[in-house]
Amino acid sequence: MNPSQCFHCGNEIVKKDEILFDDKSFCCNGCKTVYEIFSQNDLSCYYDFQAAPGATPPDIKGKYDFLANEEIVTKLLDFQESATAIVSLYIPHIHCSSCIWILENLQRLQPGIIASQVNFPNKKVRITYHPERTNLKEIVELLCAIGYEPYISLENYTEGKKKVDRTLIYKLGVAFFCFGNIMLLSFPEYFEVGEFWIEQYKGFFRWLIFALSLPAFIYSASGYYVAAWKSMKQGLLNIEIPIALGIVVMFIRSTVDIAFDYGQGFFDSMCGLIFFMLLGKLFQQKTYDFLSFERDYKSYFPIAITKVLPDGSEEAVQVYDIKKGDRLLIRNQELIPVDGILISEKASVDYSFVTGEAVPIEKKSGDKIFAGGKQLGKVIEMEVLFSVSQSYLTQLWSNDVFQKRVAQKHKSITDTISHYFTPALLLLSVVSFAYWVFIDVSTAFNVFTAILIVACPCALALTAPFTLGNVLRIMGNRKLYLKNAIVIEQLAKVDTIVFDKTGTITTNKKTAITYEGEALNDAELRLLKNALRGSNHPLSRRLYDFIPPQEKLEVKHFEEVIGKGVFAELEAGTVKLGSSQFLQHLSENTHKKTKVHVEINGVYKGSYVFNNQYRQGLEQLFEALAKKYQLVVLSGDNDGERRILEKMLPSGTQLVFNQKPEQKLAYIDALQQQGKNVMMIGDGLNDAGALAQSNVGISISENVNVFSPACDGILDASQFHKIAFFLQYSKNAMLTIYMSFGLSLLYNVVGLSYAVTGNLLPIVAAIIMPLSTITIVSFVTVMSNLFAAKK
Amino acid sequence: MSVIYMLISISIVVAVFFLYAFIKAVRGGQYDDDYTPSVRMLFDDELVKETNKNQINITEEKQL
Repeated sequence: MNPSQCFHCGNEIVKKDEILFDDKSFCCNGCKTVYEIFSQNDLSCYYDFQAAPGATPPDIKGKYDFLANEEIVTKLLDFQESATAIVSLYIPHIHCSSCIWILENLQRLQPGIIASQVNFPNKKVRITYHPERTNLKEIVELLCAIGYEPYISLENYTEGKKKVDRTLIYKLGVAFFCFGNIMLLSFPEYFEVGEFWIEQYKGFFRWLIFALSLPAFIYSASGYYVAAWKSMKQGLLNIEIPIALGIVVMFIRSTVDIAFDYGQGFFDSMCGLIFFMLLGKLFQQKTYDFLSFERDYKSYFPIAITKVLPDGSEEAVQVYDIKKGDRLLIRNQELIPVDGILISEKASVDYSFVTGEAVPIEKKSGDKIFAGGKQLGKVIEMEVLFSVSQSYLTQLWSNDVFQKRVAQKHKSITDTISHYFTPALLLLSVVSFAYWVFIDVSTAFNVFTAILIVACPCALALTAPFTLGNVLRIMGNRKLYLKNAIVIEQLAKVDTIVFDKTGTITTNKKTAITYEGEALNDAELRLLKNALRGSNHPLSRRLYDFIPPQEKLEVKHFEEVIGKGVFAELEAGTVKLGSSQFLQHLSENTHKKTKVHVEINGVYKGSYVFNNQYRQGLEQLFEALAKKYQLVVLSGDNDGERRILEKMLPSGTQLVFNQKPEQKLAYIDALQQQGKNVMMIGDGLNDAGALAQSNVGISISENVNVFSPACDGILDASQFHKIAFFLQYSKNAMLTIYMSFGLSLLYNVVGLSYAVTGNLLPIVAAIIMPLSTITIVSFVTVMSNLFAAKK
Repeated sequence: MSVIYMLISISIVVAVFFLYAFIKAVRGGQYDDDYTPSVRMLFDDELVKETNKNQINITEEKQL
């Protein structure tokens, strides 16, 4: 283990703060305490599975007091009885085997806990405990103490018990059961036609196959009948119609075949078809369980808040129970849940959540403060003006966009194709039926059904799910997590990209300042710091904060040339700093970097580079995107950075400032009215409306486990520069789908050539169907991986 | 009655049993989390002696 890293959390240790304990070094007292807890309870194996798996325990004093409230606790529990209570808690920090191990051994730290079980993909732990020996508050505090703070929000409180939908898996299981058994029972007839043995048992085999096909036909395929019926009612010709028609015709014809002893029927192909199509559905259904794409304000808001009663005592109340006139206590880092008036003398509120404005706003006693702000600093007291549902922020969610989230606002590629495919298929079957009917009526029926069977667009229907499912996984591996496969199709159609500024094209991390040039010694740093003290230029202030504290010196002469720099004369020497023109220092003048040049005692030393807080690769990304897309930067901030942005970004980029959340929404809407397909990339709650309104809303996140607003996809911030790649890749995915559509049509043509001539044998159908499926699946998998590897 | 009837019946019964077991497993939530169990099964060796006592306690409590 690297000695400069904390044994518990793996963070870099600042030498000064290092704590040595048990021959191990820790970065802070918190980490040491966790280690102590574990080693005292023989749980130090925690550190064996993974090096430095822990997190520094947060300061939670008073934060979970509301869990003493019985009513709230009851709502959070999954199950409650006198001797057992079960609670599921979401813990974002769960990330490795050590986490699983320690969380499943909780009972050794708190005897009241009976058992605990981790669901790793969901990052949830399910704790069973004895309500008389411990309580939820103690458990949560224990979890916090060992660095696993659960996330409890208003959403937990309001959401009902979610029912897991497992129908698809049941259907798949049943279909596979039928398919497998029917295949086995069909084999004798494939190869031993006309033998005595088969003649004798044929009836038994066939009716058994018929019986086995019933569950698949009735249960597993039921989704297709429903979808086909719905689309027929709406007058749409989507892919489900030929599928449902194919399945039904296959079943009827096969039943007729065996009833009149014409042949063995197509039950094998039918069940195989159902199975493969369900498999495709499952494959497409890749979900990221630990992410949620449907968040609203509820997942940000706390469940309860501290209320100050008239007699001065404090009580935790449920957020929905807050009434006008109540007095609330808001602690450091807590979210203000309602609009109100500040009673305490002073407060600074961080509204970055709501407006995107990064700088905290100072409020004085009597000022109005709005819901959604985060309180920074000392505890404040406020008086409530509106209840939660009437507050400004929550009002945003009453906008229509959030009410009706239309699932299918867009026609999928398969539907577009089947718009042509379905009528063509029906036409062909009718025409060939009409042709044969004059020659031989029974052949005519044969041909008619054979066409519908063989053209049942199994491969066609599988193409999109398998391609998109695979692309979804590849993108997930590259840290773009999409809600579902439809988003990929929409990504490919995007022609306008709207970026939020704060937090999206800029990082939230503090600006890094680096020094280039001849190293400055302590005396020179002292001079510099003292020279800077007099200047009010923003860069001077930032540089002043950056230089470590120095002894104070008297400044004899100070001069600031606006827009150029500073000249200061001190006892120990002179300092000149500012732009390169001001210093008459000839260096390559890059616009892209903000530099402050330093000259001490008339000698040029070097420059401080302000690495702008824009994300890495921003300029290249915009340059690449500008060729193909219309770009817009939509910011809640003031236009202070307009000039920098104009310089950095390609000339066509529109810059819009001072946008309130609902204005952003309206802006996107206006673009859509012009017929644009808009992709919105944002981060905070302030973008929530715009993200929901846009065709594709991508939320950018420094840490995907932390919360992001409702959106279609979540992009890890480190992958920001790859947006162009993802867009191109989604286009290539669509290209892949078109190519494999071509392939599957080829199979259809081959199959149809058998069908129209009236020669479709069950064995031919049984071979063509899986063969086409395998070709399509392997083709799209290879192609989509190939496109992904291209860059 | 030919032996083939019996053999096929048996094979179908076995298959139905497996289908039943599969559905029961899905219903029980075994397919909801397909990752954690694979990690969990590697743990037992690391537990220190004391655990045995605890685990007895747990089973006793469950019986209560």
